Amino acid sequence: MSFTQHTPALVVGIPLLFAFALPLLGKIHEKIRNGLAIIGMLLTSATGLYLAYQVFATGAMAYVFGAAAPDLTIPPDSGGIPIRIIFSIDAFSAFMIVIISIVGLMSTLYSLATEKLRSGQADFFALLLLLVAGVIGMVSTGDLFNLFVFLEISSLAGAALVAYRIDKGLAVEAGLKYALISTVAGLFFLLGVAILYGQYGTLNMAVIAQNIRLSRLDIIALVLIIVPMAMKCGAVPMHMWTPDAYSRAPAAITAFLVVSSQAGMYVLFRMFFTMFNLNLNTVTFGWVVIILGVLSMFIGVTMAIPQKDVKRLMAYHAVSQSGYMLLGVGVGLATLGNKELLDACGRTAMIGGIFHIMNHALYKGLLFLTAGAVIYTTGKRYLNDLGGLGHTMKYTMIFFIIGALAIAGIPPFNGFASKFMLYESVFLFNPFIAIIAIVVSILTLASFMKVFHSMFMGPKLPQFSEAKEVPASMLTAMGVLALLVVAGGIFPDIIVRNIVEPAVNALLEQSQYIGLVMGAK
Amino acid sequence: MEYMTTLSSGSGFWHPLLWLTAFVVVVVLAVIIRSFGARKYKMDTEQTKPFLSGNDESDPNEIHVRAGNLYWGYLETLKGYYEKMISLHTGNPADYLLWLFGVLALVVLIGLLA
Repeated sequence: MSFTQHTPALVVGIPLLFAFALPLLGKIHEKIRNGLAIIGMLLTSATGLYLAYQVFATGAMAYVFGAAAPDLTIPPDSGGIPIRIIFSIDAFSAFMIVIISIVGLMSTLYSLATEKLRSGQADFFALLLLLVAGVIGMVSTGDLFNLFVFLEISSLAGAALVAYRIDKGLAVEAGLKYALISTVAGLFFLLGVAILYGQYGTLNMAVIAQNIRLSRLDIIALVLIIVPMAMKCGAVPMHMWTPDAYSRAPAAITAFLVVSSQAGMYVLFRMFFTMFNLNLNTVTFGWVVIILGVLSMFIGVTMAIPQKDVKRLMAYHAVSQSGYMLLGVGVGLATLGNKELLDACGRTAMIGGIFHIMNHALYKGLLFLTAGAVIYTTGKRYLNDLGGLGHTMKYTMIFFIIGALAIAGIPPFNGFASKFMLYESVFLFNPFIAIIAIVVSILTLASFMKVFHSMFMGPKLPQFSEAKEVPASMLTAMGVLALLVVAGGIFPDIIVRNIVEPAVNALLEQSQYIGLVMGAK
Repeated sequence: MEYMTTLSSGSGFWHPLLWLTAFVVVVVLAVIIRSFGARKYKMDTEQTKPFLSGNDESDPNEIHVRAGNLYWGYLETLKGYYEKMISLHTGNPADYLLWLFGVLALVVLIGLLA
């Protein structure tokens, strides 16, 4: 039995192990604590990236917990039903794991410097590792109840981290809001899972997908699952928790919360394509997703423009960018039943939308880290209080410019590549929506011009005369993300062909996901 | 070669390396044209200070254009929209949940009627 067979279990097991070890062993010495945090995250990321490589190179993997062999999805004496918890990791899961591995590692590296002089670091890093484990679990599992458990782990760890640095009670309020919203959303999700369990007597997603009948109860269950997930990914009009939580969490946590929200989007897409697929009225639900996307794009960006708190402004942009992903995949869903239209524009729109998930995680992560760097140096978060930092924080300014141009869809950065695919394909589907998407990008550029000018331009202000560049670990985290943003823009085809297209194909080909569990030995 | 391929959208294509090459050519041309200019600029001399009709330069805090001063016209034009939108963002978690319930009910209705 080789080690590589167990990577699906290890990718969740490693962060969990380190999360529980940190509060105990971290008390011995701060170097041990920091070492455990970074080694734990490094191992998690390395395992995650290796697992993704395995999936992209050799195909989807099913991993059965507690079985005689990890790929024994249907035991001989089970009557043909998978009875254990199964991780079903196809190319879409692997795609998400790549994003989690990169942003998780950079967030941890960045936090080593920002948390250096603060108390409670062992618990902080333990919660961060728990959050990472929860999010990886969400995108790996093939079991609905297990998905709920990982959703709760990520929500609770996320809420605790938002509230972790009390910040005169404001962070606590934001954390409580996040916890409340996540709990209620989680309860609806659980109710939807319970209905499906009542209908089909199983929690395995592949088995339910194989047997789905699309009764009225099935539709209610689907909606009870997808709407809370739309809320988790910050879709308008359920986005209002996003600026509260994102703006008050420590910057590195905010960068990872973006990925955590995208895991909600993963569940949303997984439900539509893998669980229901053509059984559903895909045109109607496709348009529901498109409308949520357009509302998110437009209201997100227009609400960002008047913001004065830099992180709150960026949080509204996160809402706006989620709209692009919803739009792309919504067009894919709306055209799913029409092969001609799917080939003409739906598939490309999906590729653009899924590619944008990765690009957004990288450039928005980078932007939140640059905002954190400015707050770290100046202690100020309101744009009206800032200015002239380009004189002293040159590297941070360069990283900010890269992130800002990427989010605005300016070539040659990665945001342009995915938006280019979205604009062209959505234009074929509905030109009016494509025009809205382009206008939103222009408004995004205008908004980030304001941030750039307010933070970095202007004369050197006397109150920031002592300001200096942030520590090396923070610069390294931002530098790596910036490098990936540039690389994704210059070589987008390599990423699309090797990572994004397989992820889209995995979503479109429902039978492969079902066969992964039901067709195995 | 793999890295020389283009990103296709089905109806168009995007070749970042071609774009970068064109960008570099334009930058090089701009630098060449700039090099024909007069070489009278001296760093850290009176030349580099702003001329304000002979007056002393004001306090940097007074002359820096703040975020609140930007896009005033845009915000003023869309005042009605923003008044409505900002009033909807109450910050009250009960309202956040109401939106969730509302969307849930609406999508259930759409799903059942579809």
